[in-house]
Amino acid sequence: MHTGLYEPTLPTDRGELSAATLAYLRRASGSLPPAGDAERSDPYGDDLQLALYLCYELHYRGFAGVDDEMEWDAALLAFRRALEDRFLAALRDDAPLPADVDSALAELLVEPVQGDGISYHLRDDGTLGQVREYAAQRSLYHLKEADPHAWVLPRLHGRAKAGMAAVEYDEFGAGRGERVHARLFADLMRDLSLDTGYGRYLDAACPQMLAVSNLMSLLGLHRRLRGALVGHFAAVEITSSPNCRRLAQAMERLGAGPAAEHFYREHVEADAVHEQVVRHEVVAGLLEAEPQLAADVAFGIAATGLVEDRFTEHLLGSWRSERSSLRHAL
Amino acid sequence: MHSPRDESPRRLRVQRTGPLLVEGPVEVTLDDGTVAVSDRFCVAVCTCRRSRTYPWCDTSHRRRTAD
Ligand code: FES
Ligand SMILES: [Fe+2]
Ligand SMILES: [Fe+2]
Repeated sequence: MHTGLYEPTLPTDRGELSAATLAYLRRASGSLPPAGDAERSDPYGDDLQLALYLCYELHYRGFAGVDDEMEWDAALLAFRRALEDRFLAALRDDAPLPADVDSALAELLVEPVQGDGISYHLRDDGTLGQVREYAAQRSLYHLKEADPHAWVLPRLHGRAKAGMAAVEYDEFGAGRGERVHARLFADLMRDLSLDTGYGRYLDAACPQMLAVSNLMSLLGLHRRLRGALVGHFAAVEITSSPNCRRLAQAMERLGAGPAAEHFYREHVEADAVHEQVVRHEVVAGLLEAEPQLAADVAFGIAATGLVEDRFTEHLLGSWRSERSSLRHAL
Repeated sequence: MHSPRDESPRRLRVQRTGPLLVEGPVEVTLDDGTVAVSDRFCVAVCTCRRSRTYPWCDTSHRRRTAD
């Protein structure tokens, strides 16, 4: 029977925190671990990141067999808070805070002649298998592309709101369902013979990818972190265009297919515009209205760099030693 | 989005480096007579001539470093 939206299934656990979360979601258990357990857990590790991811997904699509009421379950929210506190504290400790927003943005606006990120590797030496892994990992975000950022809209005003809404409108297809960026990514996945079902690769995704997605959900869901969400979004948009050019070249070289190429080519052009609007309207507009948020904007930029660097290290490290970056093969 | 019936002037932003930002949709006629159209809400027109998606900016105007 076709029931419209594909409902993601629950993944397998990766340790005690995630096992307890899964049991609670299934109503197989009525209690969750005490906050102290989250405090002792690795903030970037599989277990904590999966537990947090499960909590956040209730706000997007939920899971098959999990009661929609769970989204606002008070005990689960309290548990999520402990996980978030652990993650956020680690990010604040580990992400070197830039001196100010302008210098943080200026740094991102300089392009190395030859960089060493994932897009360089995929463009020059990547295999089709690595491109498929990369897409499967990133699908955790791209199949809900721009959704976490929409939560910031009611927390922005005037210029910042207008600019953010305009960019989101573009991300959501500018009025056309077939142009929604999440849909363009599903088309890319089809070209790569991947399963386009939402959440299909959650089990396979590395904790570094979970952290990339969890950071967005964390910053999007908390009004007090609106400055960091804006900084994060600026960092994503500024770094996207040159990256997407190289990824489009990788798709072309590997003959990945027209939709796979199109996703990245569209982002070369779109994000060259988005980064301008985000800097001139969203960041500048927010800081004009709420100058006290400058440190939060800078933190959002730094935290994004941190989780992206960790993701890059994991993928390139795995591939260098001829291992898959996924937890199990495609 | 700018409609021809709008009373308000079309908004542009010029920058020392980087593209000219124009409210879309935009139609650009190039030297050789070809016409490029973009229906984006805001269009970044390349002014540095280095773009590989000319006349649209692709961030090729950015300063580059050796490392
Ligand atoms: S102005 Fe951006 S590429 Fe030319
Ligand atoms: Fe996008
Ligand atoms: Fe974008």
